[in-house]
Amino acid sequence: MITYLEAIRLAQQKALATDPRVFLYGQDIGNFGGAFKATKNLSKEFPGRVFDAPLSEDAIVGMAIGAAIEGMRPIVEMQFADFSTCGLNQIVNHAATLYYRTGVPCPIVVRLPSGGTSGGGPFHSQSMEALYAHYPGLVVLTPATVEDAYTMLFDAVGLDDPVIFCEHKFLYNHLKADSLPETSLPIGKARLARTGRDATIVTHGAMLHESLAAVTELAEDGFEIEIVDLRSVKPLDTDTVLASVARTGRLLCVSEEWPWGGVTAEVIARVSSEGFGLLDVAPMRVNAKDTPVPYHPDLWSVHRPTASTIAAAARRLLLS
Amino acid sequence: MPKTSAAVTQADYIKAYRIMLLSRVLEEKLASLYRAGMIKGGVFLGRGQEALSVSVGTHLHRGDIFAPLIRDQAGRLAFGDTVLDTLRTYLGSQLGSMRGRDGNIHRGRPRDGYYAMISHLGAMIPAVSGALFARRLKGESGVVGATCIGDGGTSTGAFHEGLNAAAVEKLPLIVVVANNQYAYSTPNSRQYACEDLLDKAAGYGVTGHKADGTNLLDCLQTLRLAVRNAREGGGPQLVVADLLRLVGHGEHDDGQYVDPKLKASPLGGDCLALAEHHILEQGWATAEEHAAWRREVESEVNSTADRVRREPTPDPEEDDWAALSCPEYREHYATS
Ligand SMILES: Cc1ncc(C[n+]2csc(CCOP(=O)(O)OP(=O)(O)O)c2C)c(N)n1
Ligand SMILES: [Mg+2]
Repeated sequence: MITYLEAIRLAQQKALATDPRVFLYGQDIGNFGGAFKATKNLSKEFPGRVFDAPLSEDAIVGMAIGAAIEGMRPIVEMQFADFSTCGLNQIVNHAATLYYRTGVPCPIVVRLPSGGTSGGGPFHSQSMEALYAHYPGLVVLTPATVEDAYTMLFDAVGLDDPVIFCEHKFLYNHLKADSLPETSLPIGKARLARTGRDATIVTHGAMLHESLAAVTELAEDGFEIEIVDLRSVKPLDTDTVLASVARTGRLLCVSEEWPWGGVTAEVIARVSSEGFGLLDVAPMRVNAKDTPVPYHPDLWSVHRPTASTIAAAARRLLLS
Repeated sequence: MPKTSAAVTQADYIKAYRIMLLSRVLEEKLASLYRAGMIKGGVFLGRGQEALSVSVGTHLHRGDIFAPLIRDQAGRLAFGDTVLDTLRTYLGSQLGSMRGRDGNIHRGRPRDGYYAMISHLGAMIPAVSGALFARRLKGESGVVGATCIGDGGTSTGAFHEGLNAAAVEKLPLIVVVANNQYAYSTPNSRQYACEDLLDKAAGYGVTGHKADGTNLLDCLQTLRLAVRNAREGGGPQLVVADLLRLVGHGEHDDGQYVDPKLKASPLGGDCLALAEHHILEQGWATAEEHAAWRREVESEVNSTADRVRREPTPDPEEDDWAALSCPEYREHYATS
């Protein structure tokens, strides 16, 4: 069985093996194999192409940008997504603007171990996809399956634009697949994770699995709910979302992010303005609570959406 | 000013040592609770760094500012943190200072000058500088602020910007670098290229001090001097103490990447064992007295842990889930 984490490692291995321009840079990613072991053995397998960086996120991203301008394809690892704010300036002001300002693209991949886990607390749990998606010039990916973690990371390396790769820590070890596909949907395409006719749930990342559990529970009551896994939050596949809402007439958006300006807000804004007539009732959303992510597991499990809060919201949507 | 001008008495030494011992015993308890699956979140220990850490906390007064880092249990206790609040935070008691919202090494009580670190390394340096700046603006004098950082943390932008800004303002800041040779798995050879981290002091125009982090007397003397300099208007002080992290990065890590040569070198000495040896050798305490000190702290730690385990955990129903202090600006809108 291949875990989500192993898929990420294998995608980097394949990128290193197939493209001599690829190199890896990040804290503790060399011999140690990274804080989560996403680069385990890669420094041995690819000598001179996997480098331990100093504790300097600004420099890590800045180095990647310079290398990309010179024709390389760097993949950088932030130890936790939360620490990417220390490299925020380079990501949003440099990598994201380069093509627009100069016509020269900036093909870097920034891997962000994202999202909450029990006991993670305020600085090791954040979901930052909306923050990065806000800035023009970045591609923001949120794989929710082992297969997507693998194919999307490999595809991201081939992309000419800077990619923020939000890999979810909660999925690292518990999500498993028998084998890995060679190809999959292109980046920017959403996927129907479940088909149904009564309502549409639009979600991404770890919340796909909470949503699947909620939908399984609701199926016992005879509700058939469709789930759209966005896969990529920027670009956002509005067509797939609208097509689903056209079938169901009801929309529930679910995300582990904070609500303000998040992916749920964006999806609801798009459906409301471009597909208002498709909606039978007002769209709803379930997000994390609007506070920092709490450390205590009992608080954390209420802070983030779960199968039961998603199911409860879906029931209200179905009955309205 | 030579370090020896900072006279450290037998009583100072023993007081510091007993805090180190308490810290060590408390951390051993945390490690065993962690292995038993009873700790919420991670456990990062300061084994081998107690002499340095206690020397920081013990030279600060009430009214000073202290922003400890992840390996500063000893300094925290010296500054006034308690076994009770430490265990409450690690065991997730609702009665802890962080109320379950943040944990463990991130605990603090800013109103008491005991700042609560964020994880992002380096960030506390400018924050403590700002606190000292405010004290100056408010007309307070004689106050100092200290914050600790690792060799890895010296590579952050915040370290550079913070130390530079503090130097420009000539603030009474003491930055203490625990140069424990590794940042997680990363050895110093991949962290910086200067001969010695102390070289950075000259670059920022601040006074530098070097200490042997395994030697309690040297740490006490160095910090006494650095704190006095800062208190007397000498501007920021950079203390670099060389030592070795004697545990994994966290309790999840076995630290097998640590070079055995370093472990066998003087850097790998255990400051607690060395200080104990010094006390016995000097005849400042007998082996029986020392054993009694240990029993005393073990019983305090064990009984406190038993008490805390019976305390309530945070209740999500009771939490107000408010990130803003002004109730009138809290938003109410449907997100679930
Ligand atoms: C800005 C930032 N990047 C990454 C991390 C993740 N991290 C936590 S501790 C650590 C190593 C710290 O090493 P050092 O500063 O030497 O302190 P030590 O652990 O040795 O006490 C890293 C990389 C962090 N906390 N902050
Ligand atoms: Mg270190």
